[in-house]
Amino acid sequence: MRIGYYPGCSLKSSAREYEESVRALCAALDLELVEIPDWNCCGASSAHVMSADLALGLRTRNLAQAEAAGLDEVLTPCAACFSHLAEARMELADNPNKRQEVADFIGLPYSGRVRVLNVLAVLDRYRDRIAAKVKNPFRYKVACYYGCLLVRPPEVVQFDRPENPQSMDRLLEAVGAKPIPWACKTECCGASFSVTRTDVVANLSGRIVADAVKRNAAAIVVACPMCQSNLDLRRPEINQQLEQEHGIPVLYITQALGLALGIDPQQLGLQRHLVPVELPEPEPEVVTADDDDDDD
Amino acid sequence: MSRVGVFVCHCGENIGSTVDCPEVAERCKQMPGVVHAEDYKYLCSNPGQNKIKQAIKDHQLEGVVVAACSPRMHEPTFRRAVTDAGMNAYLCEVANLREHCSWVHEEADSTTEKAVDLVRLQLEKVKRNKPLQPIEVPITKTALVIGGGVAGIQAALDIADSGHKVILVERSPALGGHMAQLSETFPTLDCSQCILTPRMVDVSRHPNITLMTYSEVEHLDGFIGNFKATIRKRARKIDEELCTGCGECLQKCPSKDISDGFNEGLTTRRAIYVPFTQAVPNIPVIDVENCRHYQKKKCDRCVKACPTKAISFNQQDELIHVDVGAIVVATGYKVMSTEKFPEYGYGTYPDVITGLQFERYASASGPTQGVIKRPSDGKEPETVVFIACSGSRDAAKGVKYCSKICCMYTAKHAMLLKHKNHNSKAYVFYMDIRAAGKNYDEFVRRAIEEDGVKYIRGRVSRVYEEDGKLVVKGADTLLGGRPVEIKADLVVLATASLPNDGQSELARKLHVGCDEYGFLAEAHPKLKPVETNTAGIYLAGACQSPRDIPETVAQASAAAAKVAALLSRSHLTREPIVAEVNRRPAPLHSDCTGCFLCESACPYRAIGQEEILDRDGIVIKTIAKINPGLCQGCGTCVATCRTKAIDLHGFSNEQIFAEIMSL
Ligand SMILES: Cc1cc2nc3c(=O)[nH]c(=O)nc-3n(C[C@H](O)[C@H](O)[C@H](O)COP(=O)(O)OP(=O)(O)OC[C@H]3O[C@@H](n4cnc5c(N)ncnc54)[C@H](O)[C@@H]3O)c2cc1C
Repeated sequence: MRIGYYPGCSLKSSAREYEESVRALCAALDLELVEIPDWNCCGASSAHVMSADLALGLRTRNLAQAEAAGLDEVLTPCAACFSHLAEARMELADNPNKRQEVADFIGLPYSGRVRVLNVLAVLDRYRDRIAAKVKNPFRYKVACYYGCLLVRPPEVVQFDRPENPQSMDRLLEAVGAKPIPWACKTECCGASFSVTRTDVVANLSGRIVADAVKRNAAAIVVACPMCQSNLDLRRPEINQQLEQEHGIPVLYITQALGLALGIDPQQLGLQRHLVPVELPEPEPEVVTADDDDDDD
Repeated sequence: MSRVGVFVCHCGENIGSTVDCPEVAERCKQMPGVVHAEDYKYLCSNPGQNKIKQAIKDHQLEGVVVAACSPRMHEPTFRRAVTDAGMNAYLCEVANLREHCSWVHEEADSTTEKAVDLVRLQLEKVKRNKPLQPIEVPITKTALVIGGGVAGIQAALDIADSGHKVILVERSPALGGHMAQLSETFPTLDCSQCILTPRMVDVSRHPNITLMTYSEVEHLDGFIGNFKATIRKRARKIDEELCTGCGECLQKCPSKDISDGFNEGLTTRRAIYVPFTQAVPNIPVIDVENCRHYQKKKCDRCVKACPTKAISFNQQDELIHVDVGAIVVATGYKVMSTEKFPEYGYGTYPDVITGLQFERYASASGPTQGVIKRPSDGKEPETVVFIACSGSRDAAKGVKYCSKICCMYTAKHAMLLKHKNHNSKAYVFYMDIRAAGKNYDEFVRRAIEEDGVKYIRGRVSRVYEEDGKLVVKGADTLLGGRPVEIKADLVVLATASLPNDGQSELARKLHVGCDEYGFLAEAHPKLKPVETNTAGIYLAGACQSPRDIPETVAQASAAAAKVAALLSRSHLTREPIVAEVNRRPAPLHSDCTGCFLCESACPYRAIGQEEILDRDGIVIKTIAKINPGLCQGCGTCVATCRTKAIDLHGFSNEQIFAEIMSL
């Protein structure tokens, strides 16, 4: 199988380990990633506050390039990129005039054919294959953290349930993990305030870390570079805020699944995390006894 | 026939502003066969009708074409008018200049031209019309009521009290529907069972009512006044004649852990059971799926326990055929299952329950004899959060519509909690409080002001567990959207009301329509609220849309009044628009060759066979015969017939071809 691939800037820089693990996992699943030729930044958190036209142009250009390359679907692992591209697609879907305007602006034809998928949506299709390939069951309690952008707003992302998403839980269950019910599944980590208001991020991300720790999760699992960096890079500030040292690691979903499939941790980029990835002993396997009903 | 009068209506501005009506009338005067034509502002008015009557007399008209609005609207009016002037009603035709022309086109010459064409069509038809006489059909003076909730009970009693026979068919083993599950009822807080049980007993004792529980309508044929229903009486596996309702068998059954539907899964029941203590009829039923006799081919403890030998393992379903004249559908509703909102933790946390489960806790006949407890540990909860609109008014999580009853029952629940446990705290998250109804708003005010229930306007985003409490996280939109978190012991979801299971299949069997949500559709939202589009079938209660008991009962009585009025008539008159197989002189007798394709094509099973005999009683030919009582005039047989032996009165082949040829 082939699928279009839009890494976005984070995956080439601060979230290299995300890209590494996406590539390693997809290779293990026989899913060929076709990187969009000459892709550009999606506009990130700044373009849309400066100029709506610019933001729409940047986003659409990536989709247009994918179309030109003959792709039907584009995997976009970064949650923010995913949200931006999906939004552009929706904005232009029922508006041929606007579509033409943007096409003129970017100098490329654009029909709107390409679908944008996040990493959970793509992996969900391979759930059975993943389950079949498990080598080291990931037998840990995990806190599945979806953040804001993967599942919201529902009209844009058209994916999972906005308030209680399940796709990551299902994937991790498939490799033996036990997703915990917890309070912060879709809470905000503070996002791009990481730079300007680190105190806000420490507070918001602190709640997420504290709740996961309190419920005995062995790891927090994410599918967004921004969330990962706030929970990982900002851990010193978080610990300070919570007045407690928390060492819970923050893994990308692709890393957690990769480990279960027996992929080398180096290949998954685990060494790049700031909070070291040290997992406890896996939980013992639970055997459910077949209850045979009595005959009296 | 060649003395036709044409009357062109302006319908005020409706037709007049885009069609040149005087011009249409002028042009009609030129058409062969027209002896009189005129236009008028409102032909449906009394003066308008008088013009038609006068013209019939003055010009000895033999046919009339009224060019006006849709025949659905005023055909009966104009047909009555021509009858007053001594003409057969079926010699009057309506050309639809409004819906088919003026409303859908701009003002233009071509619009007027089309109007002229529309009149010409009807003119050619009316020239070939024959006088027809309405058909009289008898009425079966028995009503069928489907569903034995409070709606069905009320309708059945009202019809029976007016002197007509009623067959009441209830799907479950006992009467009562949801009302039997309720504790106390808003806005008066009277005990639901106490007001319902006497009505259930009345039903079982009424000489005019035949009660069939554990039964369903399997099939329906026929038409208003003359329906034929097939009812499946499911096997209870108990001989109803022998059973005395002593209950000995119930104690002995070893299959115990079956979720009790009447108690909304809060308790268990056995495989042989009576749904609740006051059940009418008080006859148990064996749940075959869970009974060891059927599942494991052993166990006969109930048989041994029964003093009257009433257990009948071999009993089979029975199909019972009944003739009825009218039908009331009262199949009620169900509440939304909670998988639509897992963020509220239903299924994950045992102490998140539905409103119906709360009713069972609050009910004196419920699993806790009316003490509010929580499922996890049986303790009495101190803090209870009620979440209104769980699934209602939110297409993303459930349904678009308002379920209407939840605001009131949530206020009731909070109030009951405070009455039963004075130290408790009750919080209600709501969007709007919809308490329109007699004494309704006062009721909610009482909950807030006298009982101290805390109302928080805002939605809940998540319920999660922390330190043994359920944390309900939401927003208080009256405090500027400030997030609020309440640590609760019990969370009650007011889940949306939905169309009942099996309702769309039933609707198909009965040929009645459903609305976009699957509730049964009324014929007109304002003027025919209890009728359906199928004559003789009426609606009552929550099968039509979510509603409370007062409204349900009012509607049930309304449906009963319609039925009583229908059944009080000696006969019905039906439109004579029916098909007929032609007859010819011997030796042909009929163009029909007896292929009977029409018989299989007829959707109303109105076609049978007829033998043509000679003087000695010997069969010469077998041809199709159409029963005018069953024929609905759809014309399918006409189109199917290979020898054109069938014609539809009022719409003969000759008439239709003449219309087409005139264009
Ligand atoms: C939690 C809760 C609390 C409530 N509290 C109040 C209150 O305090 N006051 C108030 O006024 N209202 C209250 N209501 C509303 C009340 O329950 C309804 O107004 C009432 O039950 C509607 O009656 P019904 O007969 O139309 O429907 P139902 O009660 O649903 O009865 C329908 C009956 O039809 C039967 N049936 C269904 N399908 C078929 C079929 N195909 N063939 C044969 N039989 C069939 C069912 O088995 C059932 O017996 C409450 C509702 C809920 C959910």
